[in-house]
Amino acid sequence: MTPDLECLTLTKRFGDTLAVDEVSFDVPRGSFFSILGPSGCGKTTVMRMIAGFLEPTSGDIRIRGRSVLDTPPNKRPVNMVFQHLALFPMMNIADNIGYGLRRAGLPRDQIARKVDEALDRIGLPGIGQRKVDELSGGQKQRVAIARCMVLEPEVLLLDEPLGALDLKLRERMKVELKSLQAAFDTTFVYITHDQSEALVMSDHIAVMNEGRFEQVGSGQDLYYRPATAFVAGFVGDSNRWSGQVERVEGDALILRTDSGLTLRGDRHDRALSPGDRAEIFVRPEAIRIAPSAEDLAGFDNRLSGTVTSLLFNGADSRILVKDEGSTEEIAVNLPQSGEFAHLARGAQVHIGWAAAQGNCFAAGAS
Amino acid sequence: MRAEAKLGLILLLTPLLLWLTLLILIPHIDMALVSLRERVGVGEYRFSFANYWTFLSEPLYLRTFLRTAVMSILATVLTLLIGFPVAYYIAKMARGRMRSALFLLCLVPFWVSELVRTFGWMILLRETGLISNLLQYLGLVDGPVEMLYNDAAIMVGLIYTSMLFMVVPLVTTLETLPDEVIEAGYDLGGNGASVLREIIIPHATPGIVSGCIVVFMLSLGNYLTPIMLGGKDSLWFTELIYSQFIVRFNWELGAAFGFLLLGLSSAIVWGMLKLTGQSLEKTMG
Amino acid sequence: MIPSIPQPRFLIAAYTAYVVVFFLFLALPLVVVAAFAFNDSQFPSLPWRGFTWNWFFGAERPQIGVFHERPILRAIGTSAFVAVCVSVLSVAVGLSNAFLFNRYRFRGQGFLYVLMLLPLVVPGIVLGISILVFSSRVANGLWDAAQWDFEALRPGLTLVILGQFSFIATIATLVIGARLQKFDRTLEEAALNLGATRLTAVRTVTLPFLMPALIGAFVVAFLMSFENFNTTLMLVGSDAPLTIAMFDRLKEGSTPLLNAVSLLLMLGSSLLALVMIAFQKRG
Repeated sequence: MTPDLECLTLTKRFGDTLAVDEVSFDVPRGSFFSILGPSGCGKTTVMRMIAGFLEPTSGDIRIRGRSVLDTPPNKRPVNMVFQHLALFPMMNIADNIGYGLRRAGLPRDQIARKVDEALDRIGLPGIGQRKVDELSGGQKQRVAIARCMVLEPEVLLLDEPLGALDLKLRERMKVELKSLQAAFDTTFVYITHDQSEALVMSDHIAVMNEGRFEQVGSGQDLYYRPATAFVAGFVGDSNRWSGQVERVEGDALILRTDSGLTLRGDRHDRALSPGDRAEIFVRPEAIRIAPSAEDLAGFDNRLSGTVTSLLFNGADSRILVKDEGSTEEIAVNLPQSGEFAHLARGAQVHIGWAAAQGNCFAAGAS
Repeated sequence: MRAEAKLGLILLLTPLLLWLTLLILIPHIDMALVSLRERVGVGEYRFSFANYWTFLSEPLYLRTFLRTAVMSILATVLTLLIGFPVAYYIAKMARGRMRSALFLLCLVPFWVSELVRTFGWMILLRETGLISNLLQYLGLVDGPVEMLYNDAAIMVGLIYTSMLFMVVPLVTTLETLPDEVIEAGYDLGGNGASVLREIIIPHATPGIVSGCIVVFMLSLGNYLTPIMLGGKDSLWFTELIYSQFIVRFNWELGAAFGFLLLGLSSAIVWGMLKLTGQSLEKTMG
Repeated sequence: MIPSIPQPRFLIAAYTAYVVVFFLFLALPLVVVAAFAFNDSQFPSLPWRGFTWNWFFGAERPQIGVFHERPILRAIGTSAFVAVCVSVLSVAVGLSNAFLFNRYRFRGQGFLYVLMLLPLVVPGIVLGISILVFSSRVANGLWDAAQWDFEALRPGLTLVILGQFSFIATIATLVIGARLQKFDRTLEEAALNLGATRLTAVRTVTLPFLMPALIGAFVVAFLMSFENFNTTLMLVGSDAPLTIAMFDRLKEGSTPLLNAVSLLLMLGSSLLALVMIAFQKRG
């Protein structure tokens, strides 16, 4: 089956700056694909090229196998949910949703029927006569999606549409978007700088940085098996040290950090040899705490230190531990079992983690 | 605290009320009263509609009145048609520094008096003027051509004089239309014409209305442009008012004319607001 | 049509050309007026008889320049006097109105606001005659009742000032009101919190914030008064402001002297506008 959307060595230059650098990817039919990256990484540029608002400098965009480079934006079989939704304030909800159908020249009664169906589908029946500013943020969101979906596009583009919502609503809309996508069974391409949005909703995620794709994969891939230092740092939280590789045995290696720690890590097939500068990433949730050193005997990395801060955040609570031999603080997740609930500042703790959890990358990669 | 607030309110209300009653309300009421009296002897007057009757029974007055109204409406429509693309260009096509520069350039002619602007057109359009000379030089005409003292010249002058009052409110409202909304219009299958009709013009309506109101008002009440570019017989209603007041010293008829002009402008402004569902506070304030 | 929507090249070229032509249309009359101020001829028209400064500095007939033409200089002085009076009055009343509509809620406020806007939709000549009619009635009444001839109510500068003020005050109110609307009232509360009295808070916090608008309103009022013709025409007495004086001259036939005055006017108002923009940028 041809993928719904293919981008082939897509490149965009603005004067001297290279905004998008030979990006290639394809999105299988019916999937939820996200492009995740910090602001200014070029993700909006990619999206605007797909929608037809920017012309690529080189490369090709194909939808269902056909190049759309010569198709103007109003003729492309893709629709877009804009960052600020761009609902037409001069029209009521029904006219907003029916706008594209009117452009397609459908008869009036059919438009009315389709609009009603769409309103049912997004769970807002009977609001057709309301004005745009009478709706709540979440309702506007759904209307913006319905406005595109009535046109049955091959691909729906979403440009950070949750950015303007407050936190609680954003959490709810993540789930809702995912189920809307399943309900409409359409390919979604979603861009965001918020990793949690991408991780929760997507089948595939591309992490973008400085105009390039760093890694494309499932959420689990990015989280557990980051391919580059950038991905390791960008997706999820990490303790991060730089230092020098001392020994390499197979994938296992020993690294001496600039702050004076000796850590065991894993290079996961990446080229690193003794003497190289490298960075090591350890997730706070991969580190275990124990009251005594014996409990951590199974781990390759063991440290002890004093608790300098307690960062209580419900299920995501952490402590910062300062190792005796260094100046750095290590973030460690508190287990939810409650056994460390009594921990106070200044307490002595032992921490440890497996060497495989210490992801090593050659330094200077990001 | 209550007393202090009350005192503040009274202090701030006083100048406003003095201004509005002494300079706007009472003078207009007085003008209405004067227009409704008839002179029956030296210093003797009585209430009558004679002045309005004179207006209706004298074809010249009526014709001038209607002509002024129609020409002003035409000038307003033309100003809108000429100004809208320019305002759109400034608001949506030009970017950054270019936009502010163009906007400022639009304002420049209006920093100088209307008299100077009209004078400029006289130099251009008259028999010995620049355009006549240019046409002769190009061999398009044999002798000097007089382009002043006709309706087209009045129209050019009116449009030129009021352009700013159209372009500025248009630019201000068009600027508030996000690019995203226009893009959405295209993305959903719209083309230039449908986006203009369904998105851009509905959005710009407040600006269009306020621009049209001011331009219409300025054209209707203009005295300088018709008399300088249209000549002595340009038949503009303000000229009638002027001549009744200053030349003939017939204030009663002059006041009636003034009231008719005010009525006409109010009626059209009101109609325009009603037609587009706008309010005076929203469009002017 | 915005830059991100692909359009045929010729369409964009045609559109740009239209805008260029429009700006030429705007500039043409002014350029022409300015250029003929330097024509060494009795008439501001072709043929071009050479460059001269005489219409500015000439002291002998037939080319008496602006700076030696007493009546014109006096008219400029009159206009400036009127404009300063109108601006001061308008800014003061505009400031008061802005506070009134922004800070107080009272019955009839909406009605008063609409009433305040009305002078903008009354033709200037009607404003002029209504004030003329009313002031004459009052003056006649005073004469009949007390044999007192109150000069200020006869056509003259006082009436010109009042007539212009009657609609320029609306513009000043709108300019100042727009800025006051943007003022963050918690700043004033902070001043009160830090020990200022209500008046001191307004004087030290709110008024400095309003300064660009006050200066903007003053300049706009000054220019509008200086340029006003319609209202002034009906109320003017023996001291003619510049626009009236120029109009009378123009009726008799134009000389490049008028071009020279016009050029000076253009320079003057551009300078004022630049001052205003400079203040606006700082604010």
